[in-house]
Amino acid sequence: MKFPRSRDPRPAGPPARDVQAIDALLPQTQCGRCGYGGCLPYAQAIAAGQADIDRCPPGGDATIAALARLLGREPPPLAAECGVPPPGPQTAAIDEAQCIGCTLCIRACPVDAIVGAQGQLHAVLPDACTGCGLCVAPCPVDCVRIEPPAVSVHAPVLGTLASDAPA
Amino acid sequence: MKRIEAAFAGGLTLPTHKSVSSEETAPQVPLPERLFLPLQQHIGLPAEPLVEVGERVRKGQPIAQPGGYVSLPLHASTSGRVADIGDYPVPHQDIRSAPCIVIEADGEDRWHDIQPTPAFEEVEPMRLQHLIRECGIAGLGGAGFPTHVKVREGVENAVDTLIINGVECEPYITCDDRLIREKAHYVVAGTRMIAHAVQARRSIIAVEEDMPEAAAALERHLSDDVELVSVQTRYPAGGEKQLVQTLTGKEVPSGGLAIHVGVIVHNVATAAAVYRAVTRGEPMVSRYVTVTGDVRRPRNLQVLLGTPVADCLRLCEGRDYEQGRIVVGGPMMGSRLHDNRVPVTKTVNCILVRDAPKPEPEQPCIRCGRCMEACPVQLMPQELHRLIRHGDLDGARALHLFDCIECGCCAYVCPSYIPLVRDYRLAKAEIAERERRREGADRARARFVARERRLRRERNRELGELPSASQQEKAAYVQEAVARARRHRNERPPGNG
Repeated sequence: MKFPRSRDPRPAGPPARDVQAIDALLPQTQCGRCGYGGCLPYAQAIAAGQADIDRCPPGGDATIAALARLLGREPPPLAAECGVPPPGPQTAAIDEAQCIGCTLCIRACPVDAIVGAQGQLHAVLPDACTGCGLCVAPCPVDCVRIEPPAVSVHAPVLGTLASDAPA
Repeated sequence: MKRIEAAFAGGLTLPTHKSVSSEETAPQVPLPERLFLPLQQHIGLPAEPLVEVGERVRKGQPIAQPGGYVSLPLHASTSGRVADIGDYPVPHQDIRSAPCIVIEADGEDRWHDIQPTPAFEEVEPMRLQHLIRECGIAGLGGAGFPTHVKVREGVENAVDTLIINGVECEPYITCDDRLIREKAHYVVAGTRMIAHAVQARRSIIAVEEDMPEAAAALERHLSDDVELVSVQTRYPAGGEKQLVQTLTGKEVPSGGLAIHVGVIVHNVATAAAVYRAVTRGEPMVSRYVTVTGDVRRPRNLQVLLGTPVADCLRLCEGRDYEQGRIVVGGPMMGSRLHDNRVPVTKTVNCILVRDAPKPEPEQPCIRCGRCMEACPVQLMPQELHRLIRHGDLDGARALHLFDCIECGCCAYVCPSYIPLVRDYRLAKAEIAERERRREGADRARARFVARERRLRRERNRELGELPSASQQEKAAYVQEAVARARRHRNERPPGNG
């Protein structure tokens, strides 16, 4: 006896609508290049069937593939209008000599990764910065650049011995 | 002295190539003009400079402070002037240069003010731990784990057995053998000191059975409080977990450490360093290094940390070697240097000059299982290989990839010339990187959500309308504060304000 075979083995009907599961696969860069106000809004749009899964340049092919797997579809290529994937991890850096302390970059940062106040030098918190680049355009003196993060020499902590240790 | 068979699974009997370098007394390498001291010579966080360019320093003076708990201070290994602080080549497989403090030697080799700790038996074990840290002592066996962390963890886990590891199981390397022969007294006394610091009830010094002179030298200084054991020569008998199993019969559980079975293991050279630290207050500024392989005069050297590898080679009548022929460490686990200008650091135990073996073309895995028989950790290297090549890193992790000690036995016996250990290393790094990225994404998500909430709050405030939930929250907050104040008032003793 032969089992009937459907043309497409994937389940038909609406895709999984779990916003959290979709959001978990997005890189959380919060760059908004997808056209939504951040990764969570984009996840919500995907879950609602309003957006395709091809709109995340920082996630690139890997994220599209993961989303396609989750939603049981074929991975599409990255939508050209959203931009190209960055070459690697990125982080913002402020040229201290140029910064005038205008706070425009602080207001643009989607993850509050820039500290400073009016008339005071601003600084990027490297651990919090996602390298989204939203702080670059608002700067009136072009003192923010996006660059690869400084590399650490060794893995900072190895094994349970170190991680269990008191700080 | 007790002889004992290696009691772990797998392993290999390898040609040792030891006698070529082990027989000559280790001379001191003459003071180089410039010493290059990387801020990171240990596992953990790098040290942070305490000196500025141009400053005069003396031998043994701290020039960098620990950058955290799992970190160590760094000391000037001779007297002179700080010539630079910046990136210079370092002996590391994956990176070419890292921050170093460069010292221009003044030739006087004058010591900083250092103080001995008399009668260590009467000193609080805790103070010995501090001393070990202040003297910048990292495990000299190869991995370079800060010794004080191991000691502290050992105390907290109530270890009862201290093993001093002189089982130098990798071919070619003889620096521990030489150190024991020349400084057996340091090793034995240092063993007693570490035993005191960790409050161990049993202390064992282990050597390999092909180190009879070293064993004899140790025996002259031993009494009943320290046992001496000679272990059968089988690679990797000197691996920490393998040695624990051989000596105590206890198997370190998957993902665990020796301290979890009540044992703490330190290298013989670490014990000698502790002896110097206690009896003279001497920080770690030098070590024994084996220079061997394709040099005209293979032997061991006593090297000031920061001395360029090229200086050591010259002393062993090596030529100016073309790039890529020098291995730091042994032939099984060592890493090939990109640059001969790198300095000797706390973890450089051996400089091996050897041509890279001609890379045989890799063949498909035929699932012969020889790797599995050779694996001392009883992993299934062929399965790890299959999973990693298929991109199933989670699967490899489930098969205990992280228990791999990267000893190289599997790749050594593989008839298909598959670079198994290289693949495992890459897979481990990739998993760690993914983990790091996931943590970063979680952090960014939390910050994004918090900011959205704040913006919403601010918008609402501008509009002058607070949502009702917020009203309730506010009322609850006020109530809580009132209750807290009341409690506080009641607790306050009467008549006090």
